[in-house]
Amino acid sequence: MSARWLDDVPSRGLLLLLLLLAALILIPAFANDYLITVLILILYFAYVGQAWNLMMGLAGQLSLGHALYIGLGAYAAAALYVHFGISPWIGLWASLVIAAAAGGVIGFLAFRFGVAGVYFAILTIAFAEFARLAFDHWPWVGGSAGFFLPVANYARNDLLNLRGSPTMFYYLLLAMTAGAFLLCHVLLRSRAGYYWLAIRESPDAAQALGINLFRYRMYVVVLSAAMTSLGGVVFAFYYNNLFPEQVFHISRSIELILAPIIGGIGTLFGPILGAFLLTALAEGVGEVMRAIGLDVPGVKQIFYGFCLLVVVMFLPDGVWPPLAKALRLDGKPSQDRSGC
Amino acid sequence: MRRSIEGRGRGLNRRSVAKGLGAGIVAGVAPFRIARAQGAGLKVGVLLPRSGVQAGIGQDCQRGVEIAAGILKDIGLPDLTIMNGDTESNVETARSRAERLIGEGAQLLIGAFDSGQTTAIAQVAEQKGIPLVINIAAAPPITEQGYKFVFRNFPTAGMIVGDAFANQKAIFEATGKAPQSVVFLHVNDTFGVSMQKGIDTVLPKFNMPYKILETIAYDPAARDLSVEVSKARATGAEALLTVSRLNDAILLTRELVKQRWSPLAILSMGPGWYEDQYFKTLGKLSDDPLSFVPWYDPNKKLSKQLEDALAKSHPGINLNTNHIYTFEALLIAADAYKRAASSDPKALADAIRATDITENVSIGPGIKFDAKGQNDKLKNAAIQNRGGKLVTVAPLAAANAKVVWPLTAYDKRA
Amino acid sequence: MPASIFLNVAVSGLLTGLVYGLMALGLSVIFGVVRVVNFAHGEMMTIAMYIAVALFSAYRLDPLMMLVPIAAVLFALGYIMQAGLINPFINRPEHSQFMLLVAVAMIIVNALLLIFGPDARSVQTSYAYDSFQLGAVIVDATKVYAALAAGAVATGLFAFFRYSLTGKAIRACADNYQGALVVGLDVRRLYALTFGLGAACVGAAGSMLVILLDVTPALGPSYTLLAFVIVITGGLGSMPGALLGGMLIGVTEALAGLLFTPSAKSMFAFGMLVLVLLFRPQGILGKSPS
Repeated sequence: MSARWLDDVPSRGLLLLLLLLAALILIPAFANDYLITVLILILYFAYVGQAWNLMMGLAGQLSLGHALYIGLGAYAAAALYVHFGISPWIGLWASLVIAAAAGGVIGFLAFRFGVAGVYFAILTIAFAEFARLAFDHWPWVGGSAGFFLPVANYARNDLLNLRGSPTMFYYLLLAMTAGAFLLCHVLLRSRAGYYWLAIRESPDAAQALGINLFRYRMYVVVLSAAMTSLGGVVFAFYYNNLFPEQVFHISRSIELILAPIIGGIGTLFGPILGAFLLTALAEGVGEVMRAIGLDVPGVKQIFYGFCLLVVVMFLPDGVWPPLAKALRLDGKPSQDRSGC
Repeated sequence: MRRSIEGRGRGLNRRSVAKGLGAGIVAGVAPFRIARAQGAGLKVGVLLPRSGVQAGIGQDCQRGVEIAAGILKDIGLPDLTIMNGDTESNVETARSRAERLIGEGAQLLIGAFDSGQTTAIAQVAEQKGIPLVINIAAAPPITEQGYKFVFRNFPTAGMIVGDAFANQKAIFEATGKAPQSVVFLHVNDTFGVSMQKGIDTVLPKFNMPYKILETIAYDPAARDLSVEVSKARATGAEALLTVSRLNDAILLTRELVKQRWSPLAILSMGPGWYEDQYFKTLGKLSDDPLSFVPWYDPNKKLSKQLEDALAKSHPGINLNTNHIYTFEALLIAADAYKRAASSDPKALADAIRATDITENVSIGPGIKFDAKGQNDKLKNAAIQNRGGKLVTVAPLAAANAKVVWPLTAYDKRA
Repeated sequence: MPASIFLNVAVSGLLTGLVYGLMALGLSVIFGVVRVVNFAHGEMMTIAMYIAVALFSAYRLDPLMMLVPIAAVLFALGYIMQAGLINPFINRPEHSQFMLLVAVAMIIVNALLLIFGPDARSVQTSYAYDSFQLGAVIVDATKVYAALAAGAVATGLFAFFRYSLTGKAIRACADNYQGALVVGLDVRRLYALTFGLGAACVGAAGSMLVILLDVTPALGPSYTLLAFVIVITGGLGSMPGALLGGMLIGVTEALAGLLFTPSAKSMFAFGMLVLVLLFRPQGILGKSPS
């Protein structure tokens, strides 16, 4: 059974993937803390991007308020830890449930009432903004003054309470990203995966075949929301402070969808590639600016915007599909269409 | 990007844009590089929001850094090599920049104005064992974490509030008049809410002559405060108690004028009402609000030196909290470096812990840290706007003018 | 609270709402006809506001007087954007359009930040502090002037779409794309024209808004969102709907701020949006889906 989901993966691709994984596992031995911080950011965006990609790539729903799930996940686990001393490994279940419920509500409203396309996107924005304002006025989690997690000592890594050095968080996020990748891969090969593909390609035909559109769309929305919330849990315990203005803000939602869009929506490797490219680009441009001495605020963002523009205009499916083709990783034609 | 003051509001032409860009290029080549060439000065990473929404404040704090070099040298303190870091007004960037500066050899960090960003930097500093001297950040939790490498020479929200009430009482006594009721308007962000919580805790202990009739919180991004001011006025309160930012202060003042309401007094417990941009934008309408803020003691010798240095390098800018506390952070760093006679971070941290500077700028007995790394002896002042300048009206020991009370009615100003 | 306060606040909200409505009108025109999700709408308005600020600080020109030239500049900008950049994206998936305009918005916001700096800029006209007093109601003069200007521009736009040949052609494109092609209308040019008109609306709204508010580069994104909320609430494809939506949101937020805590007043606008999306997705004045 397990061999089945390795069936149509080209061995070349598998080899490259394993090499990448090995490299990522070994990097902390050679890297300084700054590089690890950067890599943590990359893996974080790869992870939440992958979670968002699930909703977009499989259900075809553009969510512009995904920061909602990150925030809910972060605050849930953090509140339980701060107020009741509950370990984040238990707290994360609360995060999953709450985020899944939120996703469920949004999905229900959208699919039952036929809210689609840009209207759906605006709906998701509205919910995120609503959450931002609500948390801003909720004293139990600090309100707009912020929610601070107590930071004890860093001498040892306490995995149980997620207190520790950046390296610990690095490996945690690496595991999460790899796990998300594997999960998506398995899902795509499952029966649900084929149903989703069918719904995306032609909802009417799928419905005619007896596939329950509403149920499968709900599955993917709830799954995406739950996955994203775990990213929020890590966020809370890594940064140790949460401000609704920042956590739920629309710029966060936009930030996290950049990687999968640049990398390639609906592809498995897209979000990861996108995260690497964007962060490398951001840091690279920053370096160049500093080297020239033109450390003028705003210039970096403008370059960023232009690069985004270029990619959107000339590489509409993202960077990964043409790259995969160039590396001859696309294998059989059926693989192309499923977008991996 | 540093922009000259003349460029602001005076006209946008090629010259000011070119000047701005030129200044930006120059800013990248920081003047302190010279110190490095002269031998091992202490490497100090200065983290400020130089871009993003708080950019204006970050740039203002930077002025404090610029005037520091000359003065520190004058009083016989060793050189510092400044490494500039931009937090981009963003918590994650603050953290990674701190990591980066430490990676590049920073032996001490200073920063970062915003409480959220400062918390992130504090964690990095504590983890790496690099001392952090906080120039400005009022959120109490930062020094409640039991950190050994984080020091704050700035009052906490609670201290600011307590001193504000004490100074208000001093003013009421001096003028013989006190408002019976106030309405409290505050910005709903980290600082505003910390202050509001501080007030709730501290007010009962002070037995103030006025009652707070209502507390109105407004959105920090609000561009139109007409509803808030209408609501405030409708309470019938005599005076306005406020915690705002620069933009809100300007908006509030305009609304007060438009809605024809001149309160007995404007008592501000935060930034905004005394900033240069407030004066420039409002002209005659800027007089008389009272601000209860961390400030400098105009009667101290070092303050006068600082004022002169600022007047020379940036004419037209009033010496304010940003400059003072950033300067003092550098003062602490240089002083500790001198006493430790080493740039080893642990030795520096121990030296900072033993700091005892009486020849400083801020109000109070001097700079000394308690067990938590907080300077709890800092006192705040009451300052009043007068003709584009600021005078200190309380506490009496640091005063240099008498208070104007009540507020001159807005429709009586020419 | 005395009734006069409510009246004051409601009137104030109504007037400002009319200006918001004009901004949303531009979006309604663009979205309704060209079907492009213009996520750079608020940013375009910010450009107009900064132009007004620059003109005022350099030459003391009143933004209301400069309305037409500023709208013209934005028209050109919109036309060029549509013809040059956005056209190929019309048939692309929504997320592509969206990312394109997000990139454009990012560039605009940061270019403005670079040129003008992060501090708020304002236009203080000679009548900036004037107010009219009618009984117990005090009305801000600038709001009255801005609202009148907004009304005038909106009326002009209605007339254009109703009575002019080009206006009718544009409406035809919106109603029936294939039909318009069949009849021989140059759809690409009309689209560019429409985008230009939408941009001109937003430019005019910007000149009016700049005397009411201070402008910062970060203003753009929040107004983009507001424009979408208004358009969806008022009804897509309905021009009176955009104005009505604007006034409705303006009054609701103002009154909500008065009755509840002002810092949460945006929640009402979003709440209303969600209700509209669920129960009357075509908006208040929109046409029912066929």
